[in-house]
Amino acid sequence: MTLKENISNDKIINQVAAIELQNVVHTYGKQQANSKSLHFSQWKVEIGQQVFLYGDSGSGKSTLLNLLSGILAPQLGSIKLFGTEMSDLSNSGRDRFRAENIGVVFQQFNLIPYLSVAKNIELAVYLAKSSKQQLVESLQQLMAALKLPSSILHTPVSSLSVGQQQRVAIMRAFINAPKLLLIDEPTSALDNSAKHGFMTLLLEMCQAHNTTMIFVSHDTGLEPFFSLRTPITSFCNGISDEVVG
Amino acid sequence: MLTSIAWSSLVSRRKTVFLTFLSLVVSISVLISVEHIRLQAKESFNRTISGVDLIVGAPSGELNLLLYSVFRMGSPTNNIDYNSFTMLKANKSVAWAIPVSLGDSHRGFRVMGTNTDYFKYFKYGSDKPLTMAAGKEFASPFETVLGADVAKELGYKQGDKIVIAHGIGSTSFVNHDQAPFTVSGILAATGTPVDKTVHVSLAAIDAIHLPPSQLKKLVDNPDTQLASPKSITAMMLGLNNKFATFTLQRQINNYKKDRLMAVLPGVAMAQLWQLMANVENLLQVIGYLVLLASLFGLATMLLATMNERQREIAVFRILGASPKLIVSLIILEALIISLLALVFSIGFVTLLLTLLDSWLTAEYGLFLSNNVFSMDLLKLSAVITAATVITALIPGLEAYKNAIHTQLSGR
Repeated sequence: MTLKENISNDKIINQVAAIELQNVVHTYGKQQANSKSLHFSQWKVEIGQQVFLYGDSGSGKSTLLNLLSGILAPQLGSIKLFGTEMSDLSNSGRDRFRAENIGVVFQQFNLIPYLSVAKNIELAVYLAKSSKQQLVESLQQLMAALKLPSSILHTPVSSLSVGQQQRVAIMRAFINAPKLLLIDEPTSALDNSAKHGFMTLLLEMCQAHNTTMIFVSHDTGLEPFFSLRTPITSFCNGISDEVVG
Repeated sequence: MLTSIAWSSLVSRRKTVFLTFLSLVVSISVLISVEHIRLQAKESFNRTISGVDLIVGAPSGELNLLLYSVFRMGSPTNNIDYNSFTMLKANKSVAWAIPVSLGDSHRGFRVMGTNTDYFKYFKYGSDKPLTMAAGKEFASPFETVLGADVAKELGYKQGDKIVIAHGIGSTSFVNHDQAPFTVSGILAATGTPVDKTVHVSLAAIDAIHLPPSQLKKLVDNPDTQLASPKSITAMMLGLNNKFATFTLQRQINNYKKDRLMAVLPGVAMAQLWQLMANVENLLQVIGYLVLLASLFGLATMLLATMNERQREIAVFRILGASPKLIVSLIILEALIISLLALVFSIGFVTLLLTLLDSWLTAEYGLFLSNNVFSMDLLKLSAVITAATVITALIPGLEAYKNAIHTQLSGR
C-alpha cells in the first residue's frame, strides 16, 4: 500500500483513500468488570482495491466491520471513508451514508424473509433514495452477471437456496452502485464448487465497477482470489481494560 | 414502500395477525354498537313525543307528569277537572288539546282514555302522525284502538272483544266484566309507548266505573248520551304560537280554579335523559375497556415476534434504515391491523343492523338506523388510531432498542 501525503477532504476521488483508520479504540461492556478494548492503530485502503482481511474469531473483524459500516461510532480516533470523517456524522447521518455508499453482505440472513426478491432490492433502493428508473436497468445487468433467472424476482426469499440467497444479497449490495463493499464470510454456508463460482463472480463484479471491497474471512482457502491480504493482527490488538480511559 | 413492507410482514405472520385482528373486530364492533345504540336510544327516546308544546296535569314533579302522561310509567298523583280542559281548549293561543285519562289496564297494557283529536294531532318522531294499520278510530264508548304491540302480543284482530280492568296490574280483582270492548282499529307501529297502549274514548273510562246496574243499561243501549266526564288525568296542548308557551305555562301554573301544572316536554325529557346518563357512561366505559384489552393483545402479539425479528431488524439496519424507521414500521403494522379492524367492524355492525332491522322493530319496537356514521364514529376512529399508536410504542420501543444494539454479524 502506498501512502499519499496530505489527504484532505478533497473532492478529487483519486487523491482520497477509500478507508483510512487512525488510532481507533472501541470498548465493549464499559460498565462491566470484564470490559475489553480493541485498538486499531493505522490502516489504509485505496479506492478500487479488494482486500482479504483474515484473523481468528474474536480478533476484532466484526467490530471493524461495524465501525466501517457506521453501525458503531468510534469512541476514540478517526475513521475516514472516501474523505468523510465518520465521527463527524450524526447517527442518522451515518445511516444515510451507509445506505448510499456501502454494500454489506454477511454470512447468512441477508434478506428480509417475508419479502420477494424484487421487494428486497426495492427496499435497498428506497433507503438509498436512488431513482427507480435506474433500478430496472442495473437490475437486469446484475441478474445477468450473477446468472440469476428473471423468474427469481417474484419468488419469496424463504424459498430460495442458500447459494441463491447469497447471490441475491450481492445483487442487492451492488444495486446502489456502492463505493465500498463489506463482505463477512459470505461463503461459509456454501459448498466448495459454489464457493469458487461465487468468489469469481464477486471479484469480477468488483473489478467491473471499480468497487473497493473488504472481504473478511478466516477461511484461508479463499486467499488465492486476492492479491492484497492483510492479517487483522497487523493493525489491531486487544488491550486490557485498565489502560483505556 | 413502507406500507407494502408492513403488509408483507403481517401476511407472513397471518395466523397470529388474524386472531389479533378478530379480537379487535369484536371489541370495536362492541364499541360501535354501544355508541350507536346509545345515540339511537336517545333519539328514539326523543321521538316519543313531537309537536306537543305543553303537558298539563296535577301538580307533582315534572318528571312524574312526563313519565305517566307520555311514557305510561308510574301512576298519576291526582286528576284535574274536565272544566280546566275545556277552559284551556278554548284559550285563544291553544291550537289543539288532547285529553288523557289513565288508570286502567288491559292484561298489563295501560288503557288511555282520550278523544279522536289524539289521532289527529298527536305526533311522534319528526312530526309523524299516527296511522291506522287496520280499521278505524273509535266511534262509540265501547270501541277501542290498540297499539301495534298490544295487538301483536295478545293476538287481537279488528272486531275482537276485550275486557278492560280497573287498576294497572295484569291481573286485577275488579274486572269490569260487564264492559266488553270491540277492537275498532289497530295503529301502525311507532316505536314509542303508543304501541303499548289501549286507546278508548273518555266516555268509556267513565262508563266502566259506573255502578253495574247503570253499566248494564248502557251496554244494552250504547247510544245513550253520557254526561261529560268530571275529570281527566292530564292533557297535551299544541299552541298557535310557540312564543306564547311560557306565558301560557305561567298562566296555567297560577290558575286559581284548579290546581294545575304545565311542563315543557323538551325540558322534562332532558331531565329524564340526565338520569340515564350514568348507565350510558357505564356502557361506554365497558366498551372502551374491551378495546383496551384488544389493543394490549395487539401489542403483545407484536412484542412476542420481536425476538424472531432481530435478524430482520439487522438487515434493515445494514441497508441504512434508521432506528426511527424501524419503529415506524412496527407502528404502521399495528395501524394496518386496527384500521382494517375498524373498517370491518363498521361494515359488520351495519350489516347486522340491516339484517336485524325488521326483527328489532317487530320484537322490541326498537327503531335503529343502520347508518352508523356520525360525528361520534369519527371521534371514535380518532381515539382508536391514537390508542393504537400509543400501545404500538411498547413493541416499538423494543424494536428501537434492538435496532440500536444491532451489530452486523454474530451475537
